[in-house]
Amino acid sequence: MSKDQLILGIETSCDETAASIVRNGTEIISNVVSSQIESHKRFGGVVPEIASRHHVEQVTIVIEEALKQANLQPADLDAVAVTEGPGLVGALLIGINAAKAFAFANELPLVGVHHIAGHIYANQLVEPMQFPLVALVVSGGHTEIVLMRDHGSFELIGETRDDAAGEAYDKVARVLKLPYPGGPHIDKLAHEAEEVIAFPRVWLEEGSYDFSFSGLKSSVINYMHNAEQRGEVIKPEAVAAGFQASVVEVLTAKTLRAAKEFNVKHVIAAGGVSANKGLRAALESTFEREGIPFTVPPLFLCTDNAAMIAAAGSVMFEKGILSTMSMNGKPGMPLFNW
Amino acid sequence: MIWLGIDTSNMPLSVAVVKDDTLLVEWTSSVKITHSVGAMPAVEEALKQANLKPTDLDAIAVSEGPGSYTGVRIGVTIAKTLAWTLNIPLVGVSSLETLAGNGYLFNGLICPIMDARRQNVFSAVYTNTGEPKLGDGHYSLEDLLAKMTDMEEKIIFIGHDVAIHWDAIQLALGERAVRAPYYLDLPRASVLIAQAKMKDMPSNEATHHFVPDYKRITEAEANWRADQKKAGNSHE
Ligand SMILES: [Zn+2]
Repeated sequence: MSKDQLILGIETSCDETAASIVRNGTEIISNVVSSQIESHKRFGGVVPEIASRHHVEQVTIVIEEALKQANLQPADLDAVAVTEGPGLVGALLIGINAAKAFAFANELPLVGVHHIAGHIYANQLVEPMQFPLVALVVSGGHTEIVLMRDHGSFELIGETRDDAAGEAYDKVARVLKLPYPGGPHIDKLAHEAEEVIAFPRVWLEEGSYDFSFSGLKSSVINYMHNAEQRGEVIKPEAVAAGFQASVVEVLTAKTLRAAKEFNVKHVIAAGGVSANKGLRAALESTFEREGIPFTVPPLFLCTDNAAMIAAAGSVMFEKGILSTMSMNGKPGMPLFNW
Repeated sequence: MIWLGIDTSNMPLSVAVVKDDTLLVEWTSSVKITHSVGAMPAVEEALKQANLKPTDLDAIAVSEGPGSYTGVRIGVTIAKTLAWTLNIPLVGVSSLETLAGNGYLFNGLICPIMDARRQNVFSAVYTNTGEPKLGDGHYSLEDLLAKMTDMEEKIIFIGHDVAIHWDAIQLALGERAVRAPYYLDLPRASVLIAQAKMKDMPSNEATHHFVPDYKRITEAEANWRADQKKAGNSHE
């Protein structure tokens, strides 16, 4: 690259309105996230219509702030990258239409980015990716193991057959009567635990890289139920620790097996649940022991953000994968190669 | 002075470019394609046909609702982003007022109708000079028609959703109800611009805070408030 490449990223697929400017796909110049967690708390989860209403209030403010913090004008940019899917359709449409109008007014190319490709490429903002690579993607909507032989090449080798890991966390948090969002609370409780309730590990058939968490969730509910009926005192920390231990062990073991089978040079973790301290610690120690380079983004790049969208958009833009003014939101968009 | 107008508040789409008092281009359709797919290409094409660049625009008019929540938001998001990044003012006009504008030459009152499901409508009653006689709102059809029984004049009903409720309207108002011809049933962005021109021009800084006028709180919010009431809590 003779001249620096500057990409504006925009992300509104769920409950964060975010904009960011990234240089050469690897360096964050500005990163603005307006979170709506407070607005959804009293409903115990994200309400799509309320999320969309917030996005339309915030979107231009957030983009302007990203430009201001970067001290850049629209004319300095090379392209606009926006999350095209998957996500909440009404929420996606705000980012997409803002991105289209911005790109049109400033005569900039438009790039439609897959949200999970974004989460994976958050790692490019930490360290260059080495191929072949295995990515463990864990969030409220996804639990996947993705094999990448090169940039823009995604082979799904395993995925959840029922609940996503983050979904299981939220459901167990509700059973434990923890406030929304539940994941971080379980993580915290698990670290305070002095004893650990043993819950089963679900490995599925031999050799499978798929996951299943709904059985584990039921085990937790059954345990709580039985303990209550026997009049036992339930220690939420012990339940949280047991649940987390089961999730972390299965995620770590399957990622390690994939890393070995495909002889990868790099393992990365991505997605909101990769902010989980228990999971990070387990992955870090496992791959250190095995001598396989491992990267997980800092916490602010694990949760939804626009820097990751700009990072993925940067490579797509270089490859000439562009979108048009008729781009639509794709709530169930599959991960595609570029 | 060059205006771009956008209405995506319901199923129809309308985009127009007006220069001073001349309508240069207008695109109006009621083909069922999502506004996210249709609206920006229509804006792009309208400017191209008018031989203009985005930076030639001086102001933007947008339909601020009520209507389909997602539809209104698409138009507002496009209009807000264009106005902000081009540093030009953004004027919002009620989607009902714009639809009523199609009937300004009618000798009587004008009632724009948008279906809001379960025998509810977004509606209003305007005079043929654009004065609101019954404010924009979310009404049950029954309430709306009851409010019209003592209005003496003839009333023209405008909108592509009038068809859904026409039998009930005729039953309630008889001869006083007039149904608009099909070519007046779609909102037109040129009318929207004419109405925007009559309003105070907001400052460019106001654009960030422009929000749709939904005329309804969300279902989640309504349920939450009802639960709070039941629990005897006062809400914040
Ligand atoms: Zn995400």
